[in-house]
Amino acid sequence: MAASATDRNGDGRPFPPGEYPLVVVGSGPGGLQLSYSLRRLGVDHAVISADPAPGGMFRRFPFFQRLLSWTKPYAPVERGSRAYERYDWNSLLAEEPENRAVMTGLMDGTSYFPSRAEMELNLATFAERAGIGVRYDCRWEATRREATADGERFVLETSDGEYRCRVAVFAVGVAEPYTPPTPGLDRVPHYADTRPAETYAGKRIFIVGKQNSGFELASGLLPWARAIVLASPSPAKLSVVTRSLVGIRARYLQPYEDHVLAGGVAVLEASIEGIEPTGDGGTLKVTVRPSAGGDAVALEVDEAIAATGFVAPLRDLPALGVATFGNSRLPAQTPFWESATVPGIYFAGTISQGAAGLKKHGLPSNSGAVHGARYNARLLAGHVAEKHFDVPRARRELAPTEVLPFLLDEICRAPELWHQRAYLARIVSLDPDRGIADEGFLPLAHFVDSGGPDSLAATIEADADGAVYPVVYVRRAGRIEERALPGHPLHDFGTDEHRRALAALLNEVGISAAEESSPRPGR
Amino acid sequence: MTQLLELADELGSLALFADLSHPQLESVAHAFEEAWFAKDERILREGLTGTGFYVILDGEVAVRAQGRDTAVLGRGAFFGEVSVLLGEAPSADVVALRTMRCLHMAGPALHEFLLAHPAVMYRMLLEQTRRLRTTTRARG
Repeated sequence: MAASATDRNGDGRPFPPGEYPLVVVGSGPGGLQLSYSLRRLGVDHAVISADPAPGGMFRRFPFFQRLLSWTKPYAPVERGSRAYERYDWNSLLAEEPENRAVMTGLMDGTSYFPSRAEMELNLATFAERAGIGVRYDCRWEATRREATADGERFVLETSDGEYRCRVAVFAVGVAEPYTPPTPGLDRVPHYADTRPAETYAGKRIFIVGKQNSGFELASGLLPWARAIVLASPSPAKLSVVTRSLVGIRARYLQPYEDHVLAGGVAVLEASIEGIEPTGDGGTLKVTVRPSAGGDAVALEVDEAIAATGFVAPLRDLPALGVATFGNSRLPAQTPFWESATVPGIYFAGTISQGAAGLKKHGLPSNSGAVHGARYNARLLAGHVAEKHFDVPRARRELAPTEVLPFLLDEICRAPELWHQRAYLARIVSLDPDRGIADEGFLPLAHFVDSGGPDSLAATIEADADGAVYPVVYVRRAGRIEERALPGHPLHDFGTDEHRRALAALLNEVGISAAEESSPRPGR
Repeated sequence: MTQLLELADELGSLALFADLSHPQLESVAHAFEEAWFAKDERILREGLTGTGFYVILDGEVAVRAQGRDTAVLGRGAFFGEVSVLLGEAPSADVVALRTMRCLHMAGPALHEFLLAHPAVMYRMLLEQTRRLRTTTRARG
């Protein structure tokens, strides 16, 4: 534990205002994972949070108290192993066995999906066991830059005083409710202000928005509402169709089935032109215009809820020069999650989805969810440590005969590759001066665009038809070549066919692999 | 930052979407995702598969082949459709000449989108025809 994490002013809280090499803002999964990973690398830093306890958004949401992301207690691999992370979307990453797979040990066995309370406890338990110091109840309020004799500092003004740092990382979630400027919508409660389900008993409910939050509410209100209408201008996307986290998740599809089976839920493709009181018993008139054309339609409902999403609460960072984009006002980022416009400001947690990566075949990263963002945070810690604090990247020399079994094992088992497909890659450098080496993981976008020594980058990808297959990017003399390996119906990439294909590729780059003697990757 | 209603208004000012009604523009705004690229960042990469379709909202890009810029595209222009429609990797890089804000649609979604919006497909065909004419004249 860094000295600065100790109580300096006697109120029992660590990290009093002052100067730190790095400040992390936020105590959700992103902030906790980053702090843990920075500490492993010996990077002194402070963590501050406006909340009174760890957990971030999971201290409040999902509204209906059950997560979208699963943790599989009985998996094909040993619980707590690195390979197990592929089946456990909710635990944070740790080196110590007792701090791994924390989520699994806290679930009560009634669901594949942890409850919100279990997830909150998972994060609090990790923070406590791993000894993550956080100054809670310390609200970041404003930001400025300050020139000093030894370079520029960021100054974070907080409810407790000012923090100065060379590097600031914001892990503040995408948690600020957003309501579009549709006439009358400002008087409609947002998802975040939804009341207890029983208070909607017997009512006709209009939900603005057809993303997961809208369908979550519709699912939870099915046993209470008399009628439910969900509306937004474009068709509902379903995750089982997009084959990604984009779209309504299977857990929330029941209202959609009610709709297609004419069971009392209506899912409309229409723009909402206005919501106004009818003046008759508190009911509302909602005017919608079908996207396909035709006249506007007026609906009378008892309640409306704006499930219109959240934006990143970046406060004054845009005024400082941080460019943002898109509906969630995400900060534009480099592949290493640094602001594309204000160097020295980084982002962790779900905001890291602003570094979109290659989105090959339309497949987005999973950076918006814990099981993607946790790997981003670990890589970010290594990147910041190397770039700003002269901590060298770990690399491990490989004998030529080790490369084939090593890469084969990674494409079979590496959770980083399975959770962040076409986004993170395992790198093997082939530098003739330094020898062959495992260089760990890099964002794939950085690898293909940055140049550097001859190297291989192994990743997992998926195409538009849903086929999942390994890909090796070969960098030779600065040129990148994409080489897809075969897929497999059961996603088993350790077959003889894969071994032969990878051996042939390695042979092309001058690595003569003794593939016949290398063992098959563990299952 | 752009929210969807504002984005729909912005789309209406681009030639590609000029024939659409406002409800249709809102639907289109939902169908695309906004993306942002830094100066010198590559958006399409020569030889790499799985690309998408892009419409420029702000900024400029260069089409770069063998280190030579063969075209510069600005606000309202689109790119990426050739690779997506032919199912081939791009034969050139597309690089942001300055910060660039654009709309992105994943390649696999473009086919269905065009069939659902024939007016957009017609505008795209017009632009492709102009590009073909320009290329033909340059060679002729």
